[in-house]
Amino acid sequence: MDTAPQSNSQIANPYSSKDAAVRAELSEIDASIRSSALFFTVSAIFWLLAGTVFALITAYKAHEPAFMADGAWSTFGRMRSAHLNAMALGWGNNIIFAIGLWIMARLCRAPIRHGGMLTIAGIFWNVGLTIGIGGIIAGDITSVEWLEIPHYATPLLAISYALIGVWGIVAFKFRKGEHVYVSQWYILAALFWFPWLYVIAQVMIIWFPARGVVQSVTNWWFAHNVLGLWLTPMALATAYYLIPKVLGRPIYSYYLSVLGFWALAIFYNWAGVHHLIGGPIPVWLISAGIVASVMMVIPVIVVGLNHHMSVVGLHKEVWRSPTLRFTVFGAISYTLVSLIGSSMAVRSVNEITHFTDFTVGHAHHGVYAFFSMIMFGGVYYMMPRLLKREWPSATLIKLHFWGSAVGISVMLFALHVTGWIQGLEMNNPDISMLEVVQNSMPWLKARTVSGVLLSFAHVAFAVNFFWMLFAAGAVRAKQGPTLLDSSSKEGAA
Amino acid sequence: MKNLPLLFCGIFFALAFSFTGLILSSNIQIGSLNQTTQSLDENGNNIAGETLYPLKTAGLAKQGKQVYIEMGCIYCHTQQVRRQGFGADYERNWGPRQSVARDYIMQDRVLLGTMRRGPDLMHVGGRPLNADWHHLHLYNPQITSKGSNMPPFAFLYETHKIEGEPSPDALKFPPNSEYGPEEGYEIVPTRDAEALVEYLLSLKLDYSLPEAQIVE
Repeated sequence: MDTAPQSNSQIANPYSSKDAAVRAELSEIDASIRSSALFFTVSAIFWLLAGTVFALITAYKAHEPAFMADGAWSTFGRMRSAHLNAMALGWGNNIIFAIGLWIMARLCRAPIRHGGMLTIAGIFWNVGLTIGIGGIIAGDITSVEWLEIPHYATPLLAISYALIGVWGIVAFKFRKGEHVYVSQWYILAALFWFPWLYVIAQVMIIWFPARGVVQSVTNWWFAHNVLGLWLTPMALATAYYLIPKVLGRPIYSYYLSVLGFWALAIFYNWAGVHHLIGGPIPVWLISAGIVASVMMVIPVIVVGLNHHMSVVGLHKEVWRSPTLRFTVFGAISYTLVSLIGSSMAVRSVNEITHFTDFTVGHAHHGVYAFFSMIMFGGVYYMMPRLLKREWPSATLIKLHFWGSAVGISVMLFALHVTGWIQGLEMNNPDISMLEVVQNSMPWLKARTVSGVLLSFAHVAFAVNFFWMLFAAGAVRAKQGPTLLDSSSKEGAA
Repeated sequence: MKNLPLLFCGIFFALAFSFTGLILSSNIQIGSLNQTTQSLDENGNNIAGETLYPLKTAGLAKQGKQVYIEMGCIYCHTQQVRRQGFGADYERNWGPRQSVARDYIMQDRVLLGTMRRGPDLMHVGGRPLNADWHHLHLYNPQITSKGSNMPPFAFLYETHKIEGEPSPDALKFPPNSEYGPEEGYEIVPTRDAEALVEYLLSLKLDYSLPEAQIVE
């Protein structure tokens, strides 16, 4: 290694590490997890496409109620729930199982054991989910938000999840090396938290229903924590892994990452009750939820500082890298969505935003603009390393990015504005409910347009992905990473 | 981070803390609520001989609740009335008082909801809307609420040829309605539709509880 000062593009070489031994080790780990990671990624992309179709139907029905209204199976409530579960449990969980476990394996620096078991668990997961979403459409929907999957499919999901979760913890146990990186804390914690949340929610709401609104408290403790203690830590772990890897420089501050992790662990899981502000539950519970929601400002600022300071000064590299263009979009969204979320928990704001499309917009801000964008970044980074070939088309990556970025921005703008107006109008009894609905129509149509943009983005992503997976000779022969700036050939994707 | 026992303990206790604080403690507080009379005697006991509230949903209305669940009504309609001065629930006549935890204790599945694309339904049975109105509204909301974005539930109704006497249950369309059946036909509710309307009519917040009195 020469001692001459290096330009950033030299630091950011395709495999990050200059050490051939480290590269060989990573390569061996990648090979050990390849088949299961590919299985999960392919499943995730199929669910992403299915979820997009359900989303388009739902969005269109919101302003054209007579559309597809001839059968119970396609009524609004079922299409909406099929969309939510396909995205959260189909796209979200599969992509977490792919990228989260891959990052875990790499950071544990040991080839994985029993990768076949992981694939079997993955098959169970997807079979269970297919039965579950089929059940929702067939009318066995539970009408419990985020837990719509009927009772006959959930045990399959629970068993499959248990196998995957245990596998993640076992991988951690057989790690090499002393140091445990921040991504590993988040992944380990999330793997442990999710089954606890899921099992308690299933037991207390579906199997042995708790008395009255204890169900609702449990429901929102669970549902908000799916975001807070499952999707969020996994996306943060991925960002913490990708940013230094691609840029070739360490995370800004170790101490901030410690503070950010513990503050999230302590505050986030109390926050869910803010979905019940004004509702028929004891006021002290709601107050606890509001305090925790506002305290979330701490981990958000801390993690935001850490992520954003890590990329400061390297904006060209970020823009050029498909991975980081998506990941940094997601990291910025995390800061924004969380600060908006904290303010939505304040009673005077909640009085307006509660029960409106503002919340729908907020959910998509979190799950799409933050979580999904980072996961897209993860796929763009992981696939070349698993397959040892490059992304076939930079144009398709750009289409994906712009479709997603513009699409979600239009959606967020439309839903936040119409939600705020709905809230103000609903709180004014002189305006009839029918007028409130009609005033939201133009915005709901804009939401459908945004959905079309997102669909284009997802199709571009899927085409590029399968083109790469079933690569023709031309793709195999491609040299050097696919970057989004044709003037330079160097740097990691 | 190298202190792994601390990491594991932290991960465990973080969630254990909120599980205890939110779930177990509310289970203790709300789980012990029982039915009660509208007001209590001087010793704080139920008044003998008076009806205990809230009532339990039974019979056809209970089947209707299942239809409500299967149709996903909860995704646009809440069942909770906020207190006077917080929102305009009271002014919109969505209920004569705020709903409280005890109102829900007899329900196997609580359907509070979080979205109001349409009005709250906690007290819909107490509004001046009869079964005929509900059937027309469910069959096609445009008949009763022009411009609504509620989906039609026409698949819960059947079109029959009138043979002999018209059915007493047939939908009573306004004269010359564009949504009415052809001459010689009638539209009748299925059992699911009958049950759903029965359930909607059973949703009433017309009783007081010791902790939530209706103020006339």
